[in-house]
Amino acid sequence: MSQSASYHDKVVRQFTVMTMVWGIVGMLVGVVLAAQLAFPALNFDIPWLTYSRLRPLHTSAVIFAFGGCGLFATSYYVVQRTCHVPLFMPKLAAFTFWGWQLVVVAVAITYPLGITQAKEYAEPEWPIDILITLVWVAYAVVFFGTIMQRRVKHIYVANWFFGAFILTVAVLHIVNNLAIPVSLWKSYPIYSGSVDAMVQWWYGHNAVGFFLTAGFLGMMYYFVPKQAQRPIYSYRLSVVHFWSLIAIYMWAGPHHLHYQAIPDWVQSLGMVFSLILLAPSWGGMINGIMTLSGAWEKLRTDPVIRFMIVSLSFYGMSTFEGPMMSIKTVNSLSHFTDWTIGHVHSGALGWVALITMACVYHLYPRLLGLKDMASNRLIEWHFWISTIGIVLYIAAMWIAGVTQGLMWRAVNDDGTLTYTFIESLKVTYPFYYVRLLGGLLFLVGTLLMAWNMYLTWRQSQGPATTPVLEPQSA
Amino acid sequence: MSLGWQLYVFIIVLGTFIANFLLLRWSSKFRTDEKLGEGNTTGHRWDGDLEEYNNPLPRWWLNLFQLTVIFSIGYLVLYPGSGIYEGTLDWSQAQQYEQQVAEEEARYAAVFAGYTEQDFDQLQQDPDAMTAGLNLFGNHCAQCHGSDARGAIGFPNLTDQDWQWGGDVAQITATISNGRNGVMPGWGAALGGEQGVTAMAHYVRSLGGLEHDADLATAGQAQYGLFCIACHGPDGSGNVILGAPNLTDDIWLYGNSMDSLKLTIDQGRNNSMPAFSGTLSEDKIKVLTAYVKQLSADQQ
Repeated sequence: MSQSASYHDKVVRQFTVMTMVWGIVGMLVGVVLAAQLAFPALNFDIPWLTYSRLRPLHTSAVIFAFGGCGLFATSYYVVQRTCHVPLFMPKLAAFTFWGWQLVVVAVAITYPLGITQAKEYAEPEWPIDILITLVWVAYAVVFFGTIMQRRVKHIYVANWFFGAFILTVAVLHIVNNLAIPVSLWKSYPIYSGSVDAMVQWWYGHNAVGFFLTAGFLGMMYYFVPKQAQRPIYSYRLSVVHFWSLIAIYMWAGPHHLHYQAIPDWVQSLGMVFSLILLAPSWGGMINGIMTLSGAWEKLRTDPVIRFMIVSLSFYGMSTFEGPMMSIKTVNSLSHFTDWTIGHVHSGALGWVALITMACVYHLYPRLLGLKDMASNRLIEWHFWISTIGIVLYIAAMWIAGVTQGLMWRAVNDDGTLTYTFIESLKVTYPFYYVRLLGGLLFLVGTLLMAWNMYLTWRQSQGPATTPVLEPQSA
Repeated sequence: MSLGWQLYVFIIVLGTFIANFLLLRWSSKFRTDEKLGEGNTTGHRWDGDLEEYNNPLPRWWLNLFQLTVIFSIGYLVLYPGSGIYEGTLDWSQAQQYEQQVAEEEARYAAVFAGYTEQDFDQLQQDPDAMTAGLNLFGNHCAQCHGSDARGAIGFPNLTDQDWQWGGDVAQITATISNGRNGVMPGWGAALGGEQGVTAMAHYVRSLGGLEHDADLATAGQAQYGLFCIACHGPDGSGNVILGAPNLTDDIWLYGNSMDSLKLTIDQGRNNSMPAFSGTLSEDKIKVLTAYVKQLSADQQ
């Protein structure tokens, strides 16, 4: 390899910018939905703006557009630098960028029109599913091709997680979306009844496990030690929690279907493996926090480190909450309540979004040949505004969820239910206002970040080229 | 489940547990590994400054891991989990449901048994019975008829004096117990399309004393005698045996706008009230009947 070779960072830059664009879009739709729940008239009786059509748009936009672009950007950035080679097949990498943007745009058009498979987190109809498959296979070729060309013997831990995420999401996506098309925009799944439900939640929970956990742990494993300038705490902990995490996550899906029309034994397995998942999940948190632990003094001066430590704390909290909620007796209280929404957002806002933002704060100035973002003060503001937003959001949903669960099961002396459904909705309203405020704060934080990125771009001399670093030792 | 699938499930479950056990054993073997202790890195280095320590696994973390595994093995012995194996507790969710329902029925049967002796007038005077009726209504009826029982488009108002299927206690009891299916056929084709439908809508509005075009209504009246009279009667006053609404009052289940009437006449309407005899005991239906009956008595 010639000395003058440099990393293919154009695709990283493109994905980074789109991470922010889709982040703002997805979170804005989320705020609109929160407002609609608090003030139902806000759908203006327009079919395209109804909750049922916007809700999947919000989830897909934040998970697959914001989170997805973040994962593409960071994995392409990390795999080149930890393998000491430029990306394998850069043209194919460019295809993954344009292909993925096309997927997101197609989703944003078809959902509001009511075109949907009606499978949660897998709503796109079959033509979009095929495009996703093509992009994903290309992604795998680029990523694993780069790994195969690496100039160091050991594969860095971040790449294990990225690799597991890419491989598993391919399997999940294809199996769950097997369907028979009847027209261009309508298909029927090949599964029916309980089997369909089980396949759907095998997919659904592993979307959390591999898309939103394994992938983002990959980010954590590169950017946390880089930002803290400390070695990873424990190599063997990463081995143990990697293998146990990917082996056990696969089983957890049925906890979404407790006490429903699936076999008892499937529910039991879903529950016990969700419980066992606690320690493997916490392995990642321990490795992250202990890596930061030699750099506590940086917490005072470096707001990016603060993003990282808070996101790891939220990760630890929601991966404790999840196993607890999978216990049948707890689940019988929490299921169908807003507690679930609170749980999801402590993971999605607290862990996924904050770690993504921390990583973007780290890599964005470097892509422009700078050391730091334009304004540290804006990062500080972003940190506090979004943290307060998350806390308001999840606290409101916890209280609302437990209240709903308790009201639904309250019984009178004559055996009738104490409360009608509408009464439980009425007491939820104040919490919907608080949630709206929390979500709005989080969106404001994201806008500050976008502004900061714009300022950074103006300070720079435009895109920088980073030469491939020679490997230093075995 | 066939034996083959049973083995398949069992082997994968067992295999996962064994693999985890081996992984934990492998990782705790390193505890005494001095050469990679605190402060020493594994020697791997990426991207200039990325290195790894190889600190031992935190004891509390390992213990937590093992604790969850032990709990899970115990759980899978007690409860169904490994395919066809039922678990030593012989538990199933269907059984748990049936048992809980039986317990609750036994506990609350006495409350409602007291009401069987009373007639409907007595029940309506009994505040406890009416509270129970309100609760039953909130649990089972309010979803469609509304918390205030005033209904909505397509869902009858229970507080007025109009009873599509009859308002004496025997009829209300039958409605709640067995449900009702209201079917109005679509007459668009029979009436010769848009023009005939519009004429009929004007006639129906004239029956209800609403603003209408007299000529069109006259045209509609001739057709009414052919198609509508059988259910709604010669004077449009309806028929409770068929659930055919009275067209001469000012109560309109689907509204009385021209658009809504034309849609009803053109395409018909299907409506159903579910049967509650499988959900509610006879005692409860009796209390509920008394409660529903007095809703309209209050309005008199």
